[in-house]
Amino acid sequence: MPERCAVIGVGQTHHTAKRIDVSQAGLLREAALRALEDAGCQWSDIDAVVIGKAPDMFEGVMMPELFLAEALGCVGKPMFRVHTAGSVGGTTAIVASQLVKSGVHGRVLTVAYEKQSESNAMWALSIKIPFRQAIVAGAGGYFAPLIRGYMQRSKAPEDVGIRVALKDRQNALKNPYAHLKFPDIDFDQVANSPMLWDPIRYLETCPSSDGACALVIADEKHAAKAPKQPAWIQATAMRSEPTQFAGRDTVNPQASRDAADELWKKAEITNPREEIDCCEIYVPFSWFEPMWMESLRFAEEGSGWKMTYEGATALDGDLPVNMSGGVLSSNPIGASGMLRFAEAANQVRGEAGEHQVPGAKRALGHAYGGGSQFFSMWVVAQDPL
Amino acid sequence: MRDVAIASFAQTKYVRNQVELTEVDMIIPVIGDAISRSGIPKSEIGFYCHGSSDYMAGQSFAFVGAVDALGAFPPIAESHVEMDGAWALYEAWVKIQCGEVDSALVFGFGRASMGKLRETMNLQLDPYTLGPLGIDSISLAALQARALIDAGKTSERQMAEIAIRNRRVAKDNPNAQVTGDFEVEKLLAEPTIVSPLRKHDCPPISDGISAVVLAAGNHIGRGESKPVFIRGIDHRLDSHQLGGRDLTRSPSTKLAGERAGVHDGPVEFAELHAPFSHQEVILREALGLGDEVVINPSGGALAANPMMTAGLTRIGEAATHIAAGKAGRGVAHATSGPCLQQNLICVLEGE
Repeated sequence: MPERCAVIGVGQTHHTAKRIDVSQAGLLREAALRALEDAGCQWSDIDAVVIGKAPDMFEGVMMPELFLAEALGCVGKPMFRVHTAGSVGGTTAIVASQLVKSGVHGRVLTVAYEKQSESNAMWALSIKIPFRQAIVAGAGGYFAPLIRGYMQRSKAPEDVGIRVALKDRQNALKNPYAHLKFPDIDFDQVANSPMLWDPIRYLETCPSSDGACALVIADEKHAAKAPKQPAWIQATAMRSEPTQFAGRDTVNPQASRDAADELWKKAEITNPREEIDCCEIYVPFSWFEPMWMESLRFAEEGSGWKMTYEGATALDGDLPVNMSGGVLSSNPIGASGMLRFAEAANQVRGEAGEHQVPGAKRALGHAYGGGSQFFSMWVVAQDPL
Repeated sequence: MRDVAIASFAQTKYVRNQVELTEVDMIIPVIGDAISRSGIPKSEIGFYCHGSSDYMAGQSFAFVGAVDALGAFPPIAESHVEMDGAWALYEAWVKIQCGEVDSALVFGFGRASMGKLRETMNLQLDPYTLGPLGIDSISLAALQARALIDAGKTSERQMAEIAIRNRRVAKDNPNAQVTGDFEVEKLLAEPTIVSPLRKHDCPPISDGISAVVLAAGNHIGRGESKPVFIRGIDHRLDSHQLGGRDLTRSPSTKLAGERAGVHDGPVEFAELHAPFSHQEVILREALGLGDEVVINPSGGALAANPMMTAGLTRIGEAATHIAAGKAGRGVAHATSGPCLQQNLICVLEGE
C-alpha cells in the first residue's frame, strides 16, 4: 500500500542576481535550514536528501551534489541528484515524494538551486557541438515564435502579456523573497519596456537569479507530529516528449495536456476551475499564463487569455495564478520549478503571508522545461485524498 | 516491498572512441534490444529513467537528445539523473514500489572520448578548495592507492594480479574493451603513470551504453531469460573532502551493503564497480567478501569503464550471470565521485 505523504516544511532564500556573500553550499543551507525549522526537524531526522538543479555548466561544476553533500548533512545517507531541464525543481520534489510514498523513507529533505552568478547560463546554452543543431542562444529566442503561434490561434489582444506581467510584478511586491520588485510598476512601464524577442518585452521576461528552495516531505506518521498544517500531496504527474518532430504542437504540447489529464484523474478532480483554489505555474515569459491555462484545462482552447483579461487570475480573482510573483519575479532556474511546488504547498498550509489566498484548500504546482517538452505538476491540499 | 525483477539487459560493445555514431544512434539499438528481450511491449512500459552527464558530451541539456532516442510520442513518463545509470535504476525501482507502474526502462550513457577525461573529472571536485589544486581522476586514485599500500592492505604486486585476473576473465565477455593474458613481472616493470598506479591499474576510457528493463506484477516472466529479483538495494555517501575520511575504507559501501542485506544469504559472486585495481580491495573489505566469492565474472570496470553507466552495467552483468544459471545469488555495486565517494549496492537472486 503506498504511503500518504505531505510537505511539512518549506524554505527558500531571498532571490537576487548575485549572492556573492555565500558559496553554493551556503546558499543551499540557507534554504534547507529554513525548511527544517519550518518542519520542526533536525538534520538527524532526515533519512535522505534529493538535490535538483538545471545544467551543471550553469555553475561550471560537474555533479556538484557530490561536494554539496556534507553541507546538507548527507554523509552516511542516500543522496540523489535529479536533472530534467527547467522542470527539474518540480521533478525533484516528485522524486523526493516518491521516496516517502514508496515506504522507503519517512522524512526526506529536497533542495533545488541555481547560482547563475558563478557561471553564465547564456554561454552554457550556446556551446556549438560539431555536426549538431545549435540550441538557440537564450530561451526567449526559442519561445517567442511559440507565443506568436498562440496569439494567431487565439486572436488574443496584443496586451494580454503586458497584463500578466503587471499582475505578477504587483504580486511580487507582497513576497519578501522575490528578486525583482518595481514598487511603482504600471501598465505603461511594461508596455514601454524594450522589445527583446518580439512579442516579448523586457518586463515580460524572467530574470537570472541566484537562489534555492527546500522542502521536507514526510509520511503520515511524521506529518501528524509536524508543528504546522501539512500540505498533503494528492497527486503528481510527469510527461516528456521530443523537442521536435513533424506535426508537433509546440504551442499546446500533448505532453502538457496528458500530464494535466493524469493529474486531475489521480486527484479525482473533474472540474479544475471549480475544484482548484489557486495555481502557481511556470511562466518565464508573460504569455505562458494564458497558454498554460488552456493546456491545463482551466479554460477552453483559445480563451485562456480571457481569464487574464477579466482578472480571474489576479490575487483576488476566482482562480489566482502566481501569487508569489512567479518565475517573472524570481528565476533561480533549477529551483524555479520547486518554488512553484513550494508556493502551492504554502498556500494550503496558510503560510503564504501577504500573498495568501484566503481559504485556499487545494492548489496546483506546475513546472515545464526544455523546448516546452518536459512537464511536472502536483496537487497539494489541506487534507489527504 | 513489491518483488521487482530485472527482465532484460542490453549493452553496446565498449570501444575507446566511437566516432561513427551520435549518442542517439548508439542508444536506439540498445534500448530496442532491451525492450524486445523483456517481452514487454514498448506501449506497456510505464516509466523511463536514464543517467548521464552533460560534462561527458560537453553540452548543456545533453540528456534531452536521449528523449529522441526513446521515440517519446505519444508522450512518456520520464526522468533523468545526473548520476550513473545504476541510480536511474534506483529511481525506477522506487517508482515501481509506489505502485504507479509495473515496468520501467533504465539506461545510462557516456562518451568519455569527447574530451580529456582526466581534466574533465577535475571539474567534479569542490570548486573552491579542491578543484583549483589541479588534481585529476588518476592522481586522486593514486593518493588512495598509496594510502592503502602504506596501511599494509595491498601491494603493487597484488594490484597487478587484480588487473590480470579481471582482464583474463574478460576474454569471455564479448563486449569488453581490454582483455588478454598478462604477466605480473612484465606489468610491474612498466613505468608508473602517477605513482603507485601503472597503466594496468587504471580503467580504459570507454564509449558505450547499457540498458535494463525492470518488471513487477504480471510483467514479470515474459522475457527471453529467467527473471532475476532485486532482493535489496541501497546507496550511501561519504565525505567529499579527502581529508574528511579514511581513504583506505569505504563506510558508505559497508552501510549500503548492510541495508541491502548482502549477507542475508550466501554471496556466490560480486560485480564490483572498481575502476582502479586497488579499489577492489577496499570494496571487498567493506562488503565482507571472503576468498570464496567470485569477483567480477564480466571482467569489471578494468575491462571496460563506460562513464555514467559502468555501475548499471555491473547490475546488468550480475543479472545475466544469474539468469544463465551460473549462480543463484550475487551482489552488484556502483560507485560515483572521487575515491569511491558514493556507493550503491544491489542484491540479486534467481527464482
